[in-house]
Amino acid sequence: MTYLSKPKMHHPDLKANALGFTRRDYEGPVSTLCAGCGHDSISAAIIRACYQLNLQPHRIAKMSGIGCSSKTPSYFLGASHGFNSVHGRMPSVLTGANIANRDLIYLGVSGDGDSASIGLGQFAHSIRRGVNMTYIVENNGVYGLTKGQFSATADKGAKNRRGVPNMDEPIDMVSMALQLGATYVGRSFSGDKDQLVPLIEGALMHKGAAFIDCISPCVAFNNHEGSTKSFDYVREHNEAVNRMDVITGRAPITADYAPGEMELVRQHDGTYLKLKKIATDYDPTDRVAVMNYLQEHKARGEIVTGLLYVDSDADDLHGYLNSIDAPFNTLSDADLVPGAAALAKLNASLR
Amino acid sequence: MNAIDKIHPHSTVPALQAVNEFVVKFANVNGSGSASANQLFAKAILRMGVPVTPRNIFPSNIQGLPTWYEMRVSEAGHMGARDGTDLMVAMNPQTWDEDIASIMPGGYLFYDSTKPMPASKFRDDINVIGVPLTAITNAAYTQSRERQLFKNIIYVGVLAALLDMDVKAIEGLLADQFRGRDKLIAANHQALRLGYDYALANLQCPIGLRFRPSDQVGDRIFLEGNAASALGALYGGATVCAWYPITPSSSLAEAFIKYCAKYRVDPDSKKNRFGIVQAEDELSSIGMVIGAGWNGARAFTATSGPGISLMQEFIGLAYFAEIPAVIFDVQRAGPSTGMPTRNQQCDVLSCAYASHGDTKHVLLFPEDPAECFDFGADAMDLADRLQTPIFVLLDLDIGMNERLCRPLTWDDSRKLDRGKVMTAEDLIAGRVFGRYLDVDDDGIPYRTYPGTHPTKGAYFTRGTSRDEYARYTEDGAAYQRNMDRLVKKFETAKAMVPAPIQRDAAVPTRLGAIYYGSTAPAMLEAAEILAGRGIHLDLMRVRGFPFAAAVGDFVEAHDRVFVVEQNRDAQLRTLLINEEEFNPKQLAKVLHYDGSPITARFIAETIAGLIG
Repeated sequence: MTYLSKPKMHHPDLKANALGFTRRDYEGPVSTLCAGCGHDSISAAIIRACYQLNLQPHRIAKMSGIGCSSKTPSYFLGASHGFNSVHGRMPSVLTGANIANRDLIYLGVSGDGDSASIGLGQFAHSIRRGVNMTYIVENNGVYGLTKGQFSATADKGAKNRRGVPNMDEPIDMVSMALQLGATYVGRSFSGDKDQLVPLIEGALMHKGAAFIDCISPCVAFNNHEGSTKSFDYVREHNEAVNRMDVITGRAPITADYAPGEMELVRQHDGTYLKLKKIATDYDPTDRVAVMNYLQEHKARGEIVTGLLYVDSDADDLHGYLNSIDAPFNTLSDADLVPGAAALAKLNASLR
Repeated sequence: MNAIDKIHPHSTVPALQAVNEFVVKFANVNGSGSASANQLFAKAILRMGVPVTPRNIFPSNIQGLPTWYEMRVSEAGHMGARDGTDLMVAMNPQTWDEDIASIMPGGYLFYDSTKPMPASKFRDDINVIGVPLTAITNAAYTQSRERQLFKNIIYVGVLAALLDMDVKAIEGLLADQFRGRDKLIAANHQALRLGYDYALANLQCPIGLRFRPSDQVGDRIFLEGNAASALGALYGGATVCAWYPITPSSSLAEAFIKYCAKYRVDPDSKKNRFGIVQAEDELSSIGMVIGAGWNGARAFTATSGPGISLMQEFIGLAYFAEIPAVIFDVQRAGPSTGMPTRNQQCDVLSCAYASHGDTKHVLLFPEDPAECFDFGADAMDLADRLQTPIFVLLDLDIGMNERLCRPLTWDDSRKLDRGKVMTAEDLIAGRVFGRYLDVDDDGIPYRTYPGTHPTKGAYFTRGTSRDEYARYTEDGAAYQRNMDRLVKKFETAKAMVPAPIQRDAAVPTRLGAIYYGSTAPAMLEAAEILAGRGIHLDLMRVRGFPFAAAVGDFVEAHDRVFVVEQNRDAQLRTLLINEEEFNPKQLAKVLHYDGSPITARFIAETIAGLIG
């Protein structure tokens, strides 16, 4: 449980980032998830991404719903405000928080039960509204806290621990996110830190709705033979379309790939996504082509990973709402209250 | 020879005679454009200085079903609904029989006589005024849309003549309404005169019911409770509104959109000092409100009973995690879909104890649009000060009808009270921060806005149990301390919610009545009726929950207290008994729940019957 705090001792050689924070400053209390849980690897990737991006921990708001994945915001970014809301409803709470204060970075962490089952509606609507957020689904295909029932992302034919197959069609959240207009879509695997960390970095710096489906095997209930969300299965079927580095600020962009193998995408805030193409015919800026590619490869049983889609000119909900730049909690009474004179005028019009 | 004489030369009872005290009811077809003509008529009466209280009685339908507009004209100031119609404007053949039946003996029927009606379709104890409206309209207009709309204005013209109204006042209103569109003004004036002149030339004008200029409107305004609530929220500093359309609350959010566009656009950047989202459902709308409240913005949603049901889980989160939120519930008849366009006060209990587990919530009960404004603004302060959901319980009767009320007022020296917020300066100065620490012994802890300070003041918000420093715990003692503090906070709220208003009878009495919200005008009139019969009641209008101490004193001071409400299960009475431990036998139920607004006659008859 989260009352187990970590010792405050820092290794003297821990390297500080540009803000003077070490990796430890982005950590939280000890995780209470099972040993070997994929979710802890994702927490570690979030910590690393925030550290590498030189983000101020207190300028991040971490939001979640209910479930194993939704517990994880307790275990990273201890200096950030966090909000563990109700089951399947993180997206609405995040949306409201974001409308109120656009200055913070919003990180929503959810699971496949939280977002594909009970919260499918809120997931869909937050994506289609273009809420400026990083929405990570830690996808293991089962309900852990209630002991291993299938979730809505479990593949048809995948077997539970007792060998009983799931007969329902799976919900592919990546396809949904693309169809609903997400402007940054990635899929990764908790066991592939090198792929996952830059994907999270790019999402955090993206303006608009960024969605990452991260397959994260459940070591307790879904890591057996016959599961399609086990470490072994995902490693065998993982087909990365690209590898990515995120380049911020004035860091030089080195061309360490042959021409045609590299693609540079400049994001709204000036960061560059440097993509090394693995699938040479893959264009992550063509939404329709991406959707086709994903369907074709899914039909072959492949799990396509990498930065799947990005629209670097995306706008967000605040653009659509035309809201002022200032956080609403900083507006003064004078900014908010029209006053007695305006009311007198209004009264006169109502007679 | 006049139209009345043509059909029924002698009504079997004397024709009603009344000046500025009667009920006119318009029977129309939904979607026929009658609403604006009827509203025009009501406003013209107000311009004559005569108080009028209109009520829309409408179905859950867009076009085609029957709709009524009932106007209680009362120079004496009675604003509650009244049974029976003195003048029926019967424009809807579908409802002819029930419309005729509702006319008071000696009353008047005004109808379109273009197609002759069989004599059996009339009553012999009413006065019938037939005008060939369709024939007049069709002769004057060729386009079908024009015919439909101007027919309504023509009948307003006829009524103006029949009731001795100042036709110039109506013309002035039309000119205001269509300012800048001279062609439209001229066309409406022409239609109005068509009806007016026809009536003067062909009918005996005026009839026994008539208007006389008065000074009883004073400086009062004419406004819907939903619009007033939206203005209250705006003046209360609300910046975020998340809502899902549901009758009868939709016009509250729509009014907020309108007023924000008028008052809240930054003049330099042309950007909005507000964010309004039409959510995908009520769960999402309350979720957004809670997210925004957590982040220090004042946020609200507007909904009705079914929305309250859907929001239950989130309301419990906001209660337990202590997040400000304001919920306007414009009540309608339930349960389930119930009667979505009919009135009730039936969400009192489902709001007071919303969500699973031990919960109690603050409720405000406005009686009219002016209080909707006041309470709308107060609710924003209360939510921040108490860090909890605040419910403003309107109902359809005050929410969706224009009501004459005192002008809205605002004190420019008033400061929005954001409650206990610890700032970066406080934290740097070394103030101890425990999110759920009761430092002031009032049950209300301090909070920080997310992003306040790099190393101090961050906490984790959750719906699970935690200790005073927001750390997760399943320790029973810590849980219980927290639950007890929430009760203490609720006690603190007693002095913060609007105090009840007591009106004592002219003579000392051991009988009292408690009422709230839209019941107010009917209750006041009922007390007058009963006093005339020698039954004297002290009155207490409850305006907030938790109940102020004065409510207990009132009940103690009377042998018998009638609790008058518009629901089946006596919900406020239940709340009084449950929270104040009153003897149930002392609290008599007066319950009106057929979906129509409660009337003075109903209250008076019920109380007289209970007294026996």
